Amino acid sequence: MSPPRPYTVVAELSYRCPLKCVYCSNPIEFHTMLDELSTEQWCQTFTEAADLGVIQLHFSGGEPLVRKDMLPLIRHAHACDLYTNLITGGTLLDEVQLKEFKTAGLEHIQLSIQDTDRKTADTIAGMPSYDKKLAVADSIRKLGFPLTININLHRLNIDRVPEIITQAAELGAQRLELANTQYYAWALENRGALMPTREQYDRAEQLAREARKRYQGTMEIVFVKIDYFGDRPKACSGGWARSYMVITPTGEVLPCHAAHAIPHLTFESVKDKSLTEIWQDSPALNAYRGEDWMQEPCRSCEQRTVDFGGCRCQAFLLTGDAAATDPVCGLSPLHDVVIKAAQEAPQESTDLVYRDLRTSRRLSTQSTHATDATRS
Amino acid sequence: MVDRPHRLDSWQPRLASKARLRWDKVEKQYMLVFPEAALMLNPTAAEVLKLCDGDRSVPDIIDTLYEKFAETKREQIEEHVVELLTRIHDRGLLETESES
Repeated sequence: MSPPRPYTVVAELSYRCPLKCVYCSNPIEFHTMLDELSTEQWCQTFTEAADLGVIQLHFSGGEPLVRKDMLPLIRHAHACDLYTNLITGGTLLDEVQLKEFKTAGLEHIQLSIQDTDRKTADTIAGMPSYDKKLAVADSIRKLGFPLTININLHRLNIDRVPEIITQAAELGAQRLELANTQYYAWALENRGALMPTREQYDRAEQLAREARKRYQGTMEIVFVKIDYFGDRPKACSGGWARSYMVITPTGEVLPCHAAHAIPHLTFESVKDKSLTEIWQDSPALNAYRGEDWMQEPCRSCEQRTVDFGGCRCQAFLLTGDAAATDPVCGLSPLHDVVIKAAQEAPQESTDLVYRDLRTSRRLSTQSTHATDATRS
Repeated sequence: MVDRPHRLDSWQPRLASKARLRWDKVEKQYMLVFPEAALMLNPTAAEVLKLCDGDRSVPDIIDTLYEKFAETKREQIEEHVVELLTRIHDRGLLETESES
């Protein structure tokens, strides 16, 4: 089978970050992943990505701006005709850099905010950051960069969806991502404090739907659902290793940022092999391409070309089998696992686990760090 | 005669800053690229968007294309142009200058 054409690369330049957001999706074990790719290694990877057909390149992390080589990376990606997006927390950004990035060819910026309430926003991020982010958003708009605002929604901020939408519009955002937190990695550690109630979630979805109509043509509003509350799975990442890939700071090529959760897969690094070889031949990327790996009911289901059987990581975490039907699907024989998890009363928890190197080391030394999403 | 929405007459369309035309070497087609997505363009659509420079009006664009593709009826060109520009505008990818 010839490999599919990839359209998107998320380049996680570093897992270092000045912020400590409690919902972060970076791996808990990130303290073992500090041996980052060089500028040359990244540039070679971008060249190959463009040759494979990639169009969209997202600079991400951690915080990509901890790198000292953003300018050569942006210039090279732009020279490869990649549409470049900087995904940043904004606290390391200033106007001088922004001007340099614009000249170098950066086309878009995605800025994270944590809340519209300063105190809560700074609590979620683990440090004062709210004021700096607003100032940076202003500079971004003044310099004419298209701006996406991204906010992780959870119990601590989900009741402020109207204010969040208004603020994004006032900041001149052309796009707003209301990204309901997914409970992997650090978010899983904090699930007791973060998981919203069904009522909160439904209200947020309703408000987003209404706002989408009001802002049509001026600000695109994306609402990333909690699929636990649905009946059919998402077409996760557009299908396993089909059109999207994540490249970690150490060069591993993954079909999504959660794929570390599947222990029997070995992901290859561009330190050892070319991106072209990995995209085409890596056993881990080929493991769930096509339909041969599917079990029933997916195997003969009409929806298999639409949702590709859902999320492999979620299937593994909830059923122990990465090839199983994503139990989010109502047709899965294990769907009641999800119903039970969705009905769990959110725990009143005030202790937040902050994402930093010290905590990464501490959690990794604890006995078999469980990634089971149903663990309470 | 195409029932053209009155408001397009005053447009001087230009691609929004977040969108750009890109020649795709793999599909050998033009595409419109913007955050998180891309639209493949047939040759006519590409020609239309290339003419969206913020100075030309919609009738100007139709005229230019009619001069280039004289075998096609002007009404047909008008229909394509109006449909495409309306669709792109509704997705926030087109500025109309006169509205700003």
